[in-house]
Amino acid sequence: MSVLTTPRSAPPRSANRAPAARENFSSWANRHRKWLFAAPAMIFVGVLIVFPLAWTLYLSLTDSQGSVRAASEFVGLQNYLTVLSDAERFWPAVGRTLSFTGVALMCEVVLGMGIALLLWRPFRGEKWVRVAILMPLVATPVAVGMMWRLIFDPNIGFVNQLLALVGIPAQPWLSGQDTALGTTIFMDVWQWTPMVVLILLAGLTSLSEEPDEAARMDGANAVQRFFFITLPLMMPTVIVAILLRGIDALKTFDILYATKGKGGGSFHEVETLNVYAYGLSFDYNQYGLSSAVLILFFMIIIGSMWLLTMRKKAVSK
Amino acid sequence: MTVLTQPKKTAASARELPPAPRRRNLRRKPLGTRAYKVFRVVALVAVVLFLVAPLFWMLLASLKTNVDIYDTGKSFLFTPTGENYANVLQRNNYFVFIFNSFWVAFVSTALSLVLGVPAAYAMSRFTMHRSALVVLMARVIPGVSLLVPWYYVFSNLKMVGGFEVLILSHMFVALPLIVYIMMSYFDSMPLELEESAQVDGLTPIGAFRRITLPLSAGGMATAGILSFIFSWNNFMFALVLSGSKTKTLPVAIFDFVSYASIDWGGLMAAATVVTIPIMIIALFTQKYIVSGMTAGATKG
Repeated sequence: MSVLTTPRSAPPRSANRAPAARENFSSWANRHRKWLFAAPAMIFVGVLIVFPLAWTLYLSLTDSQGSVRAASEFVGLQNYLTVLSDAERFWPAVGRTLSFTGVALMCEVVLGMGIALLLWRPFRGEKWVRVAILMPLVATPVAVGMMWRLIFDPNIGFVNQLLALVGIPAQPWLSGQDTALGTTIFMDVWQWTPMVVLILLAGLTSLSEEPDEAARMDGANAVQRFFFITLPLMMPTVIVAILLRGIDALKTFDILYATKGKGGGSFHEVETLNVYAYGLSFDYNQYGLSSAVLILFFMIIIGSMWLLTMRKKAVSK
Repeated sequence: MTVLTQPKKTAASARELPPAPRRRNLRRKPLGTRAYKVFRVVALVAVVLFLVAPLFWMLLASLKTNVDIYDTGKSFLFTPTGENYANVLQRNNYFVFIFNSFWVAFVSTALSLVLGVPAAYAMSRFTMHRSALVVLMARVIPGVSLLVPWYYVFSNLKMVGGFEVLILSHMFVALPLIVYIMMSYFDSMPLELEESAQVDGLTPIGAFRRITLPLSAGGMATAGILSFIFSWNNFMFALVLSGSKTKTLPVAIFDFVSYASIDWGGLMAAATVVTIPIMIIALFTQKYIVSGMTAGATKG
């Protein structure tokens, strides 16, 4: 890190002045304030990231298991081969991670845009709607998971009570192998659509009025104006929302753990890469394998972020 | 991430900038047809119901006995009882966990502000975007990949189960958030104020301390509140790194879940106890939360 290579002390400007020590320190601090300010935070985060990441990378090349302290042997890319040829847990987990993130993001952006448009122009009771929007956002994810667990309970859950009113038989929302992932996606949508709304609303209010005005003069209706004027102008903001939300959606853990337990359910029906890696590390102590999974996971995250950033650059131009 | 390099407009920065005239223009605009107005009211009511009803249901269940929870005839009509709360707070000693959560969130937020605000200032003023990226990496990396090495090192240092390690791990969540928010805040702050202070004889650091810091109180409130909320809600780090005495609320909730059965009433009361404090904080500080959540998201 170049932080450490900056000159430690500059030659004192006037060495023979009495309060020199103090003054020199102050002028030294002022000249180097750039790194003086930035370095502590960077060192803190750096130490907590760089060393663990390097270690994860190292572990992924060993057969470490049982205890991190136990002797382990270097096995090269063996773990990666094992993981990549694992069609039972790894690839389904990749699929679930991507479909969880993809579907949740899509619903959140579409719903979020709709709600943001509803809130765009001022109206009476605006304050109350804003409060309602904040509630899911600040609610503790684990508590939210527990709450949905009760609401989606097959026997006593409110959702099935509602369905019974219209004569639909009870559904095994969270316990069904086919429905569980969809149900957790629904929870993610409930909790995080408001965040997309806030971001898009901020984008909408900072839009310039003129293009919309001009289109209105030309006789474009509301739908046309949205698709041909507002949406293209909003694309950079939409991509920022997708980026911010996508990073967290890929890493979703709390809700899945709270609703389905450690292994992502008894048939791993909601096991995403994050849950899978957590289980490998902390339930099965397969550190080598889990590290390989994590390195691959990390590459997926960086890759998708990079793609989105490129896309944003293209859109902004 | 180019996101960070553009000047931002946040609600918090509105104080420094003259109010934009277009907001007023919007207010004069006709809202559209009567049909649209009706549609909008219906849609907004639906949205509010969708967002609030589940939380209301949780609250209701926390006031029921377990017998009433299993009785679908008593969904809304039942005799409320405080039994679950008494159970949670007294028998399960939740006051300890509330204190743990509060203490960890408070200290990690305070320390992150101390480290993060000057860093964000330097990164914004000297456009150190690559350095900023180092700090923001922390948001991107999956926490699990850090936990095994952390656990190893901290347990060798005999720190696992203590407050220090929890605070450190929560600072790891808080710091990037604070740097991100404060950077966009400093970006939108005019440089002239500091410059004129320096012309008047203050050193650059003096100008930062006496001019910039006081002026950025709003931004620090935003960053601090959001960081407090994220720390309060954080689950994964505390799950691995906390001990029985330092358990935070999100981890303590799981005391109510066992393989055999779930004490639904107790569980919902516990979930409500976790959520209520943070909701009250959010109610009083919504302005700050919104500006923090949208910091840096829109181009100026």
